[in-house]
Amino acid sequence: MRLSVSIQAEDFDVSYELAQLRANDARVGAVCSFVGTVRERNEGSDVSSMELEHYPGMTEKSITAMMEEATKRFDIYGARVIHRIGLLQPQDQIVLVAVTSAHRGMSFQACEFLMDYLKTQAPFWKKEVTPEGARWVDARVSDDKALARWGIEIKNV
Amino acid sequence: MKVTVRYFASIREAIGHGSEVIEADVKTVEALRDLLLTRGAKYQEALSTERAVRMALNQSVCDGTALLQDNCEVAFFPPVTGG
Repeated sequence: MRLSVSIQAEDFDVSYELAQLRANDARVGAVCSFVGTVRERNEGSDVSSMELEHYPGMTEKSITAMMEEATKRFDIYGARVIHRIGLLQPQDQIVLVAVTSAHRGMSFQACEFLMDYLKTQAPFWKKEVTPEGARWVDARVSDDKALARWGIEIKNV
Repeated sequence: MKVTVRYFASIREAIGHGSEVIEADVKTVEALRDLLLTRGAKYQEALSTERAVRMALNQSVCDGTALLQDNCEVAFFPPVTGG
């Protein structure tokens, strides 16, 4: 099973990551990926930049635990998560979640499961700069609800 | 016992630093939070029971009943907003 997580300031190349994830694995018939990017507007304000903080050590540990949970729930061959930290600008890539499986259903589901889990359980915090000043982004109740669909009732908000 | 306490995001900013090592004669994460609340206005603002404060023991999410061990690491942080 190929599972790997990277927390990094640098940008990532999606094509390269997807190629690596399925390299030399002819069982793979489906590769599903999600890329999150920085929006220029949030909660009615223009966002000029965003700073991402995390909890080194716990971040990697929590995402690895999520990936292991995904392998128990879905018939997948590999998963790759990259999350950027530090200063980001609108349109920048923030996060990549990619999953491989034999058929599309499993990788679609595992990809969404991992994203729902990451949004509410991985220790990252966003601070955005707006014309009204810098502010910490509020967590959303809708993200807790998204995770609850998978039968996981852990509250974040 | 010796406990490393770490703070993140808005809680780190309110307290003014990200980490400290304290000697605490308490058993649980909740009792540690209560002890920190006696340390003045900055701590009261940051760790107020009115606020949504998440906790982790040795880098795993926990609740207030989690038991401390000597040289453990406890973290207090707001709800997470990654992704």
